[in-house]
Amino acid sequence: MSNKPTAGPALEISHLSKSYSGTTVVDDISLCIEKGEIYGLLGPNGAGKSTTINLITGVAKMQAGSVRVFGYDNVRNYRETRRLIGVMHQEVVIDPFFPVGRALKIHSGYYGVKDDPAWRELLIETLGLGPHADKKMHRLSGGMKRRFMVAKALVHKPSLLILDEPTAGVDVELRRALWDFVALIRKEGTTVVLTTHYLEEAQQMCDRIAILNRGKVVAVDSTVNLVKHIERRTLKVWLDGPVQEVPPSLAEFLPAAEEQGRVWRFSLGANQRSGQVLKILYSEGLGIREVETHSPSLEDVFVNLTGLDSAGRARR
Amino acid sequence: MPYFLPFWTLLNKEVQRWFVSPIQTLIAPMITSSLYLFIFGLSLGKRISVGTDITYIQFVVPGLVLMGVLNNTFANSSFSLFMSRYLGHMVDLLVTPIGPAQFIIAYTLASILRGLVVGGAILFISCFFTTLPLHAPWLAFLMAGLASFMIAQLGIIAGICSDSFEAISIYTTFLLLPLIYLGGMFYPISILPSFWQGLSRFNPLFYTIDGFRHCLVGVGDAPIAMSFMVSGAISIVLFLWAAALLSSGYNMRK
Repeated sequence: MSNKPTAGPALEISHLSKSYSGTTVVDDISLCIEKGEIYGLLGPNGAGKSTTINLITGVAKMQAGSVRVFGYDNVRNYRETRRLIGVMHQEVVIDPFFPVGRALKIHSGYYGVKDDPAWRELLIETLGLGPHADKKMHRLSGGMKRRFMVAKALVHKPSLLILDEPTAGVDVELRRALWDFVALIRKEGTTVVLTTHYLEEAQQMCDRIAILNRGKVVAVDSTVNLVKHIERRTLKVWLDGPVQEVPPSLAEFLPAAEEQGRVWRFSLGANQRSGQVLKILYSEGLGIREVETHSPSLEDVFVNLTGLDSAGRARR
Repeated sequence: MPYFLPFWTLLNKEVQRWFVSPIQTLIAPMITSSLYLFIFGLSLGKRISVGTDITYIQFVVPGLVLMGVLNNTFANSSFSLFMSRYLGHMVDLLVTPIGPAQFIIAYTLASILRGLVVGGAILFISCFFTTLPLHAPWLAFLMAGLASFMIAQLGIIAGICSDSFEAISIYTTFLLLPLIYLGGMFYPISILPSFWQGLSRFNPLFYTIDGFRHCLVGVGDAPIAMSFMVSGAISIVLFLWAAALLSSGYNMRK
């Protein structure tokens, strides 16, 4: 069993499909993730993100398609692929019998990796588990259990780290520590695949993103390019007083009132400028208190492609 | 090392798991067996004849030892697997390079070890109540190991197939205990009417209990060779069944 990744992409998914009770949850997904990338899998609840991860890691059996991890087929060469992957599942699952330190040592052994006390200690300290290292799992708080799960995914030094909603329900401190740590291990060559509901995090962290909806990939691109596709910017104008209607000449900017007409939101196309809107408002004698422009974000891309916001609420 | 270490780690963990709860895994069965020895050995046993050269307490000790072995082996393999699935941490094993063969051998060995340790402890306690003739002790040890192997496979099957505590208790209450109690643990089947004697010979645990007793105290209803053959054949069938379940990922890989 090789511990070293081979040439080729870190993860290559071809025509992956999976159904449960006649419902297709992963529908002909194909993705290619290069070595050293931080890759985001985004999508509303039920989009098929976790099932895709389960198919990659072997927790679920695929019905069609193939998965290659650093060139190894995850069915034929399952020992090699699993050795190369570290996964943090979305659900908190812990074996209550063992304390943190010993559990990490056991997990390292499961992957055929001799215990490295220095690395184990580094994980424990970085993730703030130091004071709890001798505690049994059932005595840890929810946040600490999630920290342990991150450490567990990393203890055998995987080349491909998969994080399924790693920051769901964790405090700001851990979130920051976790992303710093992810950035650090990426620098050392680890490829990272993550799912998150926090689109700002994905926008900051990911080199590329695949957006999934109803089991299908609806977009794959670099974060920058995805955002570029949304050409419209938003102009938000706070007026001196409430106005029920804006001049008809502003109709092309798709005006929308907020706060009983005190605030108006305008949508600007690629060739439209904020100044045009402001000029019309001035000429109509409307006093302007404050102005804000908003560039498109991943959230806009997400809404545009899925019709849902990151919390899964319908937005179209 | 890359193949052995995952297996060794799993085996070690499974042994530690029962070793860290000695009251439940060791002390409780020893106390139960001591009560049986007191009741059937020192009180009722004096009034019961089994029609052989040995006393009733000498007859019943091998049955009690093997009952301890079988119950604890089954409890270990079935509950460990079931609880891992029930609590969800089975997923931690499913994503590791541990293959089905390593998995089944580690769970089996950890369970056999627990069964034999408990059996040994009961045998030790029985020394305070009686002295056994010790007919063929190494063969007896082999039979205890074989019986334990057989029941470990049944435990693995139960642990995989059960989806609730109720389901797993069905295996214990409606399968294992009746088979143990009706397998000649407390009586020689030769004292039964011919119909029940014939029926008892369809009980696979009769061959393990009788064979173990035959090896240990030199008294049995079936030839030792036959006991080994039947127990071995059933062990192989159960092992293949458990291996097929594990390899297919039944009830484990979604």
